[in-house]
This record gives sequence, C-alpha cells and structure tokens, in this order.
Amino acid sequence: MLIKKGGGIPYSEITPESVYMRRREFIQAASGAALGVAAAIASPLSTPVSAQGNLAKLPNVKKSPLSTTEKPNSYEDVTSYNNFYEFGPEKEDPKANSGKFSPRPWTIRVEGLVKTPQSYDLESFIKPYALEERIYRMRCVEAWSVIVPWVGIPLGDIIKTLQPLPNAKFVEFTTLMDPTRMPGQRIPIIRYPYVEGLRLDEAMNPLAILAVGLYGAVLPNQNGAPIRLVTPWKYGFKGIKSIVKIRFTDTQPVGTWQISAPREYGFYANVNPMVDHPRWSQATERRLGEFRRRKTEPFNGYADQVASLYSGMDLRKNY
Amino acid sequence: MTPIVLLKRLTFCAALIPAAQLAYRAYTGDLTANPIEYITHKTGDAAVMLLVITLVVTPLRRLTAWNELIQLRRMLGLFAFFYACLHLFTWAIVDKFFDVETMVQDVFERPFITIGMVTFLLLLPLAITSTKGMIRRLGRRWQQLHRLVYVAATTAVIHFWWGVKADIREPRLWALALSVLFGFRLWWMLRARALSRS
Repeated sequence: MLIKKGGGIPYSEITPESVYMRRREFIQAASGAALGVAAAIASPLSTPVSAQGNLAKLPNVKKSPLSTTEKPNSYEDVTSYNNFYEFGPEKEDPKANSGKFSPRPWTIRVEGLVKTPQSYDLESFIKPYALEERIYRMRCVEAWSVIVPWVGIPLGDIIKTLQPLPNAKFVEFTTLMDPTRMPGQRIPIIRYPYVEGLRLDEAMNPLAILAVGLYGAVLPNQNGAPIRLVTPWKYGFKGIKSIVKIRFTDTQPVGTWQISAPREYGFYANVNPMVDHPRWSQATERRLGEFRRRKTEPFNGYADQVASLYSGMDLRKNY
Repeated sequence: MTPIVLLKRLTFCAALIPAAQLAYRAYTGDLTANPIEYITHKTGDAAVMLLVITLVVTPLRRLTAWNELIQLRRMLGLFAFFYACLHLFTWAIVDKFFDVETMVQDVFERPFITIGMVTFLLLLPLAITSTKGMIRRLGRRWQQLHRLVYVAATTAVIHFWWGVKADIREPRLWALALSVLFGFRLWWMLRARALSRS
C-alpha cells in the first residue's frame, strides 16, 4: 500500500493557530479602519483626536436652562480625578491608563423590550439629535463633588426614538467588556462588565442625558468615552461609562455596585443627605477645589425636577 | 560607623520617604484634585506599613541572630505613630475642620472610624512610654504594655480593610503579612513551651 505523506500545502502556508484565533480582531481592525476613514469626513465624533492630539470641538452645541449657574471645575480637575475602575481603582489611574484606548469605531446594541432590537454605529445613533451643554453638579457616593459642563443628548429623546414596548419598565446599560483595551478589567475588584439601570420614568426625566462631550469637546477616555450616562440627582456611580448595550426590560436591573455591596449601594442611589452610607456620612461633601465641606442637598439640589418620581416611596429602604 | 549605626540612619531616611513624597507632591501641586483625601490616604498607608515593619524586627533578629537589630524597633514604632498622628490630624483638623459633633458621631456610629480611633488610642501609651526613663521605670510591665502593639497592628489593618470601597488588595496584603509575623511568634512560643516541658 502506498502511503502518501502530507498534502500539497507547505507548513509555511498554514496560518498559525494564534493568528487564526485572532481572525476576528483582524476583520474588526480592517473594517474599523475602513469605517474610520469613511466617517472621518463626517464629524468630530468619528475623528475625536486631531493631529495635534487635542480632542475635537463639538459643533452647534445648544445651551440649556437646566444648567447650573455655578462655576464649573477646571478641565484639569474633571479629567484627572475619576472613578473608572476599568482603567484602575485609583483616582489618577483612568487618566494615566486610558491614553491608548480608542473608542472608535463604536457600536451600541439596543435590545430587549423595544420595537426594533438592533446595533447602531455611534455616529448614526446620535445623529438625529441636537447636542446640548448641560452644566451639572456631580456628587460622588464617596462624599466629594464637582461641577461638570457636559455635552450630551436628553436620554428621553433617544428612548422615544427607540420606542420601548409597553411592558418595558426599566432600562439597563452595559459598559464595554474588553480587558485588552481596559486593563483594569483584568483585576477582579468589581464584576465586569459594569452594569447600571434606571426606571423608565427616571430615564425619561429631562435631566438624564447620554453625554458625548465635555467642555465643548469630545469626551476624554477617562470620563467614559465615547458615550456615558449622566443622572445628576443620583450618586456618580450610576453614570455608567463607555456604553455598548442598552436593554429595555420589565425587571429591575441589578447594578455592579449593588452586587458588590448590596447594603451600601442600592438601585436608586439618589443623593440623600438623610441616608448615610453605612460607613460614612452623606450629610456633607467636599467640592473639588474647596477647603471647607458644604452641605449635601437632597437629590443633589435637583429635587424640583425629580422628587415627584419618588413620591410615596420610603427613600431609606429604596436607597 | 558600625553597621547598626549605618542601618539606623538608613532606616530613618527610608521612614521619611512617604512624608517626603507628600511634601514633594504638595510642592509640585500634584496632590490630585482632592488633596485632603489624598493626604489622608497616604499618611494612613504609611502608618500601617510602618506598624507592620516594626513587627518584622524581632523575627528578623532571631532569624539572623543579629541582636543589635532591636535598636531599630523603637524608631520604626515612633515613625508609625508619627504617620498615625498626621493621618488623624488630617481627618480631624483639615477634613472635619474641628467639627467635634460630627467627629464624635463618626467615632461612635461608624465601625471603621471607631476602630481607627481605637488604633490611635492603643498607639498613644506606647509612644508615651517609649523613652529610656519609662522603660526603666515600668520594668516588666513595660514589656506587657507594649504587647498592645499586636492589637494595634491588627486594628489598623481592619480599619484599612473596612475603609476601602472595593479594592481590598492592599489591606489583604497587610493582613497576610501580619499573619506570617504572628505565625513566627506563635511557633516560637509553642516550641519554647514544649522544650520547657520536656
């Protein structure tokens, strides 16, 4: 019997397994590059970084009556002191470790109880809306606060366009899960991907926005590029960053911090000076750049706009 | 200069590094956007670290049979107390700005602050009785009193552990270090007891 060894293919022609296993990355990178080139002509959101390394200015940003008249913190403060564990647990880590992160191209998947579940390119996702500047107070659950001039889109407008089904009661957001691009995700301090959620009526409140910019320019990586949630009457951890998924559901979502420490972080997480964190008081806060502590306001000073959402609720139980 | 004198001087300089780092960062304006919190954390870190290092001296002395090493212990302990003072003062004076009511409330209502204060109150008599005169005057009781350092190191690590939001890696590391250091002592104690019985 004649046994013929080997086929006609020399080994040098065979794709190494390691490369084969990464084929999706190649395709992604290639298509990403193509998309990038195509979109480069379109807007500053698709080419966020200029040749000089500056973040591109966002055009036609409307002012909003919902902005506070307080003076915003410096760009330096807002972009150098962040909680974004995906880039490390220390406040300086996100700025130090997110430099190489490229939030383009970016796809947002809309799913669950919604008219048409589908994926959107970031560009097309936000295109229908006018950008607004919203200067908001941000109160961190760690008892510090900051004033941030966001640029974003009312979340309610987006939700109206997406058309959730009548039985949808909540909306859940998910952050990108990619430890190769978000090195903090390699350290299991909290569960990844980060998840947060809102009741649908909270999400429809005019104060809630999806932010894509800061100080009139594209959102820096350490602040949650390319798109993040901002709910100024809630503690900062509700403001989920680098969103890749929006899901409408009929069950209350469970947030990442709720999983981490359910006695300390609740679903609502409304700023409330009367309800302390089990380990520290929430009665006062330190505004970045100030020496003396200041009193924390119920709903972070946004009670007029949002208190009615919670009428009749026991806010001690629903912390 | 004898080796131990050299080592003492080096240790003195090394123990000043955390303070020097803070001073340098203060000078260059690099204490983050929230300097008070940063200083509180860094002085606390240094206090725990030095407290644990203080407990390394005795096992190291036994393992190396270099008896003069004992001369480092008081200095390290006092540096731990020094950083604990900075940590407490930052909290009480700078952060709470003499708001006694809030501080008293915090100490009594928040276990993580209670145990931090307990740690400081345990370290205080140790620092006060660290002088040569006190050692002489207290005699045997000095040794007994200074065993409190084991309790203080433990409560210090618990304070750290309870204080962090989610990242327990550092306090866990110190807890592990303490277990090893306590393990040495326990092992030696049990062995000494067994030997004296036989």
